Amino acid sequence: MTYQAKLRVWRGDAEGGGLRDYTVEVNEGEVVLDIIHRLQATQAGDLAVRWNCKAGKCGSCSAEINGRPRLLCLTRMGDFSEDEVVTITPMRTFPVIRDLVTDVSYNYEKAASIPGFTPVARDADGEHRMQQVDVERSQEFRKCIECFLCQDVCHVVRDHEDNKKVYAGPRFLMRIAELDMHPLDNLDRRKVAQENFGLGMCNITKCCSEVCPEGIHITDNALIPLKERVVDRKYDPLTWLGAKIGRRPHP
Amino acid sequence: MTTTAPAPAGTGAPGRARIAARHLRTDTWWVQPAITVAVLVAFIIYSTLRAFENANYFVAPYISPFYSPCITKSCQGSSFPELFTGPSFLTPAIYILVVPLGFRLTCYYYRKAYYRAFWLSPPACAVAEPHKTYTGETRFPLVFQNIHRYFFVAGLVFNVILTYDAVLAFRDKNDHWGHMGLGTLVLLTNAALLWLYSLSCHSCRHIVGGKLKSFSKHPMRYKFWQVVSRLNGSHMKLAWVSLFGVALTDFYVRLLATGAFNDPKFF
Repeated sequence: MTYQAKLRVWRGDAEGGGLRDYTVEVNEGEVVLDIIHRLQATQAGDLAVRWNCKAGKCGSCSAEINGRPRLLCLTRMGDFSEDEVVTITPMRTFPVIRDLVTDVSYNYEKAASIPGFTPVARDADGEHRMQQVDVERSQEFRKCIECFLCQDVCHVVRDHEDNKKVYAGPRFLMRIAELDMHPLDNLDRRKVAQENFGLGMCNITKCCSEVCPEGIHITDNALIPLKERVVDRKYDPLTWLGAKIGRRPHP
Repeated sequence: MTTTAPAPAGTGAPGRARIAARHLRTDTWWVQPAITVAVLVAFIIYSTLRAFENANYFVAPYISPFYSPCITKSCQGSSFPELFTGPSFLTPAIYILVVPLGFRLTCYYYRKAYYRAFWLSPPACAVAEPHKTYTGETRFPLVFQNIHRYFFVAGLVFNVILTYDAVLAFRDKNDHWGHMGLGTLVLLTNAALLWLYSLSCHSCRHIVGGKLKSFSKHPMRYKFWQVVSRLNGSHMKLAWVSLFGVALTDFYVRLLATGAFNDPKFF
């Protein structure tokens, strides 16, 4: 069934801009990205939008639809009523380049600053060995498509630009958790997670998990376990005492 | 954690898309925090009134979870060794309240709930918070959220005591075994819910196995971790249900103690 949808799309750049109204044809089964493409083709040829796979796997078409961070390609028009105005804006946490395209450099800078995989020594036969059961936790986090919706929705940086200096955001704290849980990684990342990447800023309000298009349990499986590991290292007096009297290895 | 500012901060930072509205959500995002506030405020009022009432918390063989373990010489009944005589303005409930309160206050789920609902940090996802600065859980007093595991362990002791209370509820008012009333079932259910809530805790998940680098070297702890992880998926539900359980159990004992209701006897 075809109908005419009412869209409000943010148009502009870093100098300024605003929401503009459009009416665009919608066919059954289409997603928001289809409608944006039709808008480009028929009414706004200069509308900038970043996209690639149109299958929820490349993480390019991140935006905000009716105020919620979502992928344009995974949001069905059928989720909205026909008379509803659908508002589409760029992600509001990052600097805008033009229209729906933002500059997500912050994320790549944080990614580059995380100490990389540091494997233990190889076995005598020159192999690395690990069991599936040991690596399963880290594998969940490898599903991340780097759409940066979790970074966009995290209020620590969304509402406080100055925190970007000291806070890596859920995606990269999850990366630290992934490495810290990896059976072959040999680096203790607990102290830097807290002191260099701002884990203590996270107040576990779970918005990152709510918006993740891959359904990764970012808060429950990465951030909270990492917080508990940091407690072992920094805040637990019994663990500290155990290390002091030599009853257990230094945490 | 934050200081209040007259205007929303953040999304208006230089370089970002110029949008005046603090959010563009069209759904009823405010319902969930509103319900959280209503339920928690109701519980706080009820539990405060009951903690200071200092009466109607024991009717043989049942004791209210708000007053168990009852450890002062002014306690009604004799469900637990009475250790000391405290000042009269402190009721027996006050001495023990700190543990269950501390456990729930530092609980990872409740933190999410009250940060959103009471502190509006944030009130909902992609809805700007009304604070100018933010330091999270890095400074006093919120850095003390990191002692949650100690409240978890202390809470287990309380679970043992409340389970003991439920077992004692199989005695009649003359201390003869072989009795069961609706109150016995209520106390048993309350203890079971508290165990489930405690064992689904994120700190418990970490202690039983989450802290390990290698599960394959610790197969038993891996099994425990799997069980706790499954429970952990329902931690939010268990947090609410066990909270209602405690309040309703106390209310039931109060109904019996005031004579407003007679305990149906099963055998």
